[in-house]
Amino acid sequence: MQAHNEFDPGEAYEPPLRDTEAAPEDLAAEQPDAGPLVRPYVIAQGREHDDAVRLDMISVVIAAKRADVDEMALEPEQLRILELCRHPQSVAEVSAHLDIPVAVVKVLLSDLLNRGLALARAPYTAKSPVSRDVLQAVLDGIERL
Amino acid sequence: MASNDSDPRSQEAVPSALKILVAGGFGAGKTTLVGSVSEIPPLSTEEVMTEASFGVDDLSGVESKTTTTVALDFGRITISPNLVLYLFGTPGQERFWFMWDELSEGALGAIVIADTRRLETCFASVDFFERRGVPFVVAVNCFDDSYAYEAEEVRAALSLAPSVPVVLCDARRRESSKQVLLALVNRVAESVAV
Repeated sequence: MQAHNEFDPGEAYEPPLRDTEAAPEDLAAEQPDAGPLVRPYVIAQGREHDDAVRLDMISVVIAAKRADVDEMALEPEQLRILELCRHPQSVAEVSAHLDIPVAVVKVLLSDLLNRGLALARAPYTAKSPVSRDVLQAVLDGIERL
Repeated sequence: MASNDSDPRSQEAVPSALKILVAGGFGAGKTTLVGSVSEIPPLSTEEVMTEASFGVDDLSGVESKTTTTVALDFGRITISPNLVLYLFGTPGQERFWFMWDELSEGALGAIVIADTRRLETCFASVDFFERRGVPFVVAVNCFDDSYAYEAEEVRAALSLAPSVPVVLCDARRRESSKQVLLALVNRVAESVAV
């Protein structure tokens, strides 16, 4: 296929029109399960994500300040997470910095939260809509960039 | 969330987070826009595409781009000590829909980047956010060599509702990307007020 020809202005590229009728009801439902690219449950020792602690990609996590850490009881990856989370980090950031899949980070973090070694703050969700004050703060923050 | 009362650091010390999605086709400028406003270099699990992928994905008009986003990349804007905004570039092709479900959950809104060289590559993103009721704006990334469209031409081609802002931008420039973000947050504020 040839890219749009800038030397022939007589033949302007006609953009196709989006068909708003033909879209399927639920695109997500049509997708076959892509499956994991890695087998992440090795580090997580086969545990599933603990539903008692619900973590999102942008849940922000911070290491507890004066917690006594029994290093022998933790995975090396968990110690790296605690080190990284001296400053607040999202689950996505932990995943990117430590090169550990998000699903595994969630399991390792759940464990740290349950042990009281880290604290997490849930992100805003549809159930906790953003207030006008927060939106104004966001606008001000973007203006300052 | 789990809390620990014995810890001197209360949960109040942990900032909360918001996210904005940046969607669009291959090479439309998602990563560029995220990078131009992020306070950190965009983090990602981006991988170089294999040759086989080139046969699958239509790269006409973007031949100079040799790598493309196959996972997620994101940037960060610290709004205040209590609030962090994350911008997630999301792969635009339909085969990545499974990733969009979690991503779109709780998102403040979305920016759909329209590449006027291949406008149809953003149809799927527009469909998705319309259906989910996620507030969005369309940012028309004006490449040097792209056909110059008016915002209204793009609006007509995408059959956008009058309430959806269409913003012309240069995703490489922070000031330009800021205007896109502001248009989106103002759009969200309007939808909250209604």
